[in-house]
Amino acid sequence: MASVPSKLYSDDVSLVVVLVDTNPFFWATSSLSFSQFLSHVLAFLNSILLLNQLNQVVVIATGHNSCDYVYDSSSASHHGVENRTIPALYSVLLQKMEEFLIKDEKLGKQESPGMIASSLLSGSLSLALCYIQRLFRTGPLHPQPRILCLQGSSDGPEQYVAIMNSIFSAQRSMVPIDSCYVGAHNSAFLQQASYITGGVYVKPQHLDGLFQYLVTVFATDLHCRSSLQLPRPAGVDFRASCFCHKTTIDMGYVCSVCLSIFCKHHKKCSTCGSVFGQAQADNSAVSDRKRKAPET
Amino acid sequence: MASEKVTRRVKYKTSVKDPGTPGRLLLSMEKLIFRSNSQNSASKLDMEFRFIKNHKYTKEGSNKAPMLNLTSSQGVSYIFEFESYGDLQVCKEFVGKALSKPGDTPKLKDTLEAPSEQPSTQDLLLRMTLLQENSELQKLHKEFVSNGVLTEDEFWASRKKLLDGVSSRKSKQRVGLKSVMLSEQATFDSRTKRVTYSLTPEVVREIFAEKPAIHRAYLKLVPNKMADKDFWTKLCRALYLQREKNINVLAAEAAEDEELALFLKPDEILACETRHKIRCVDPTLNMEADQGDDYTHLPDHGIVRDGGKEVSESQSEPYRRTLFQDLNRHSAVVLEGTTVDEEHLKDTHSVAEALARSRQADKEADANKERFNRPQLMELEDLQPPKDHPLAALCIKDPRDYFDSQQSSAYKTSRDASIGMEPMKCNLSTQEAYGSLRDSIAEIKASGLMDPIVAPEVAVKVFSVLTHNISSSRYHLGKNPRESILDRLPASIKEELLHHWVSIQELLRHYWSSYPITTSYLYSKVTRLKDAMSKIDAQLQELKESLQSDLRHQVTLLIRPMQQALEAAMQHYDADLQKRSAKSGERPNGYV
Repeated sequence: MASVPSKLYSDDVSLVVVLVDTNPFFWATSSLSFSQFLSHVLAFLNSILLLNQLNQVVVIATGHNSCDYVYDSSSASHHGVENRTIPALYSVLLQKMEEFLIKDEKLGKQESPGMIASSLLSGSLSLALCYIQRLFRTGPLHPQPRILCLQGSSDGPEQYVAIMNSIFSAQRSMVPIDSCYVGAHNSAFLQQASYITGGVYVKPQHLDGLFQYLVTVFATDLHCRSSLQLPRPAGVDFRASCFCHKTTIDMGYVCSVCLSIFCKHHKKCSTCGSVFGQAQADNSAVSDRKRKAPET
Repeated sequence: MASEKVTRRVKYKTSVKDPGTPGRLLLSMEKLIFRSNSQNSASKLDMEFRFIKNHKYTKEGSNKAPMLNLTSSQGVSYIFEFESYGDLQVCKEFVGKALSKPGDTPKLKDTLEAPSEQPSTQDLLLRMTLLQENSELQKLHKEFVSNGVLTEDEFWASRKKLLDGVSSRKSKQRVGLKSVMLSEQATFDSRTKRVTYSLTPEVVREIFAEKPAIHRAYLKLVPNKMADKDFWTKLCRALYLQREKNINVLAAEAAEDEELALFLKPDEILACETRHKIRCVDPTLNMEADQGDDYTHLPDHGIVRDGGKEVSESQSEPYRRTLFQDLNRHSAVVLEGTTVDEEHLKDTHSVAEALARSRQADKEADANKERFNRPQLMELEDLQPPKDHPLAALCIKDPRDYFDSQQSSAYKTSRDASIGMEPMKCNLSTQEAYGSLRDSIAEIKASGLMDPIVAPEVAVKVFSVLTHNISSSRYHLGKNPRESILDRLPASIKEELLHHWVSIQELLRHYWSSYPITTSYLYSKVTRLKDAMSKIDAQLQELKESLQSDLRHQVTLLIRPMQQALEAAMQHYDADLQKRSAKSGERPNGYV
């Protein structure tokens, strides 16, 4: 297909890239079973496709070790196994997801049991952004893209830098990242992602009504969104992870050159190599002693 | 102890060079009275000692006459020359005693208490009403002032703005003058050929304002030379004559009666003012005044009142008035507005005095203006700095706002207490986990989507939660009192917290404003405040401990900033104390 220099803009279409958390460890502990979750999500995907003929849905599975595209409504061949209980769309998607899970399991290394690692959110965000970039450059129609993260597992502080980079690149290409967090606690990453990109962050209280949440909040196209009152966050957790130990910190040291964040004082910035001067702590101690001397 | 009264023969002088009026000076503890020997003399003095500010006397042995000079608080001096130094000595001592008597007690008090002036009764009334209107204020007042933590003055000193606000609200609009001219107010009864002038205090004020000469004459003549009634009768006659417009009669009458002439003659003061005004006119541009203002020296300026120009001989010339003159003066007075309050409009005499006072004040203001007049003309208005620098009051917000803003963060803290930090425990192995996930997919493949996907009741619930959430976060975040953390607490605890917060604010405001400690008074105040603060701190702790665990967390969050603020104050107190003790310890060794 020849790329068209000037794109057609239509305000009521939407490309929704849905990132589905398939972290088996999370779903094993979740109160909402994965099958229930899937039926809510599948119904939601279907309703998006029904809203407009030009709407497009891409599903990316966010696994524990890897991530991959599992469904693309534009290239779906509809030759999936059509049976009575399930339409072709779903069977294709479910088939691909099953294959993905097998692959993901194989990639996994032996880990210490009892620890739940997070999903590879940074990877699936990058995949989504890449896909969107490709559509920006090809095709006659501006896709009006948005990303919807359906996440349940907790944040992986070790992915902080990668996720923040994805968030900023989404912000730059004006792709809002919506997030629906079905886990127990709020996700700082997703809160920040939605806050920075202008998306919506929702943490459903009634998980059995997930479909209702999805349809009410996330189904409308971006044009309509400007005239809707969508939920706004009461507060955003802006805490960052340090670059050295990948832990979430409230207070820390920031490299004055590259703004890298550290939880401890370092002699040299591990990111840009800048050498820091005399430790501030020493200085203050000296001046403290100096100041106190005449009093004692 | 000397007798309560002293009488001496003196000469009363208004200045040192004045030959003086012989008479008797009667001194009592409260006031001094001077009576002239000659009965008809106007010089009589009756004055209370509290108006006397200062007294001076000539020293014995100097070649001056023995004189005592008393200066009133308005700066007027009264000089009494005694017959001998002995008399002076007696009176001097007496005056000294009388003057020091009322001043003694406050002086002693001042050193102990706040350096403050006694509040006027008006202030006190204002405070009372404020306390009555504001129950919160009343509570604070009761707590701190009654318990001696703060003095009455300290308490109100930080609320000057409140007092000002109320008093400024109270100050009423100044009522302007009527624009009807006086002469039109006279009622003429054609049958009895009688003209009736009704003299209300307003009318009197108008007359005095429009005709300064009459005002001056009144002040000069009325108590001494003629009765109030005679004065006004004469004035009315003058007005009547002017109304009749017979200049010759006017001139004849004026020649007979000098007081009447005073009313009929053109106002000298006015003429003087007009000349003065013209002198002050900026030669470059002033639209307000020009040569036309100087109508007084132009004989044929304008039409003669009530038409019909009359050629008159020079003798009666001064008695002629033009309508324009009257109109001009009247409108000028109306535009200037009233300087005499309605309260003074009691009788003619008080009006005259009030007007005289305001004239005096005006003159002083004018004199000040005169001094700066030239440069001001050169200045451009918009290049000048703002003239008033209003005092910005320390604004500590309503505690409610604070608590509401804390709401969301408190929510967050309670929800995110363990966000992502503790890894969830999972007792499944990797294989089992993946297996169960695959099973779910198989399950959905086999049985299809749930039917219905969402139960209608759940959908309604979600919908209402979402709309409520949206609307509340959109419109009521921090505004709806029912939503705030504070209001989820039991009412008694809420009240207590709010009260503590208000009291802490009050104490802290006083506390920090007393630093740096420069006087022992401030030091004792700070100590008092510190004690009160530690009491509240203990109360907070008690409150916290008395609560059940589920409430305690929330209350702790709310109390923490209060405690931090108190702690900071305490630390500062301790540090300051240490510094002081170190300093005072050094002093004996070092320089004094």
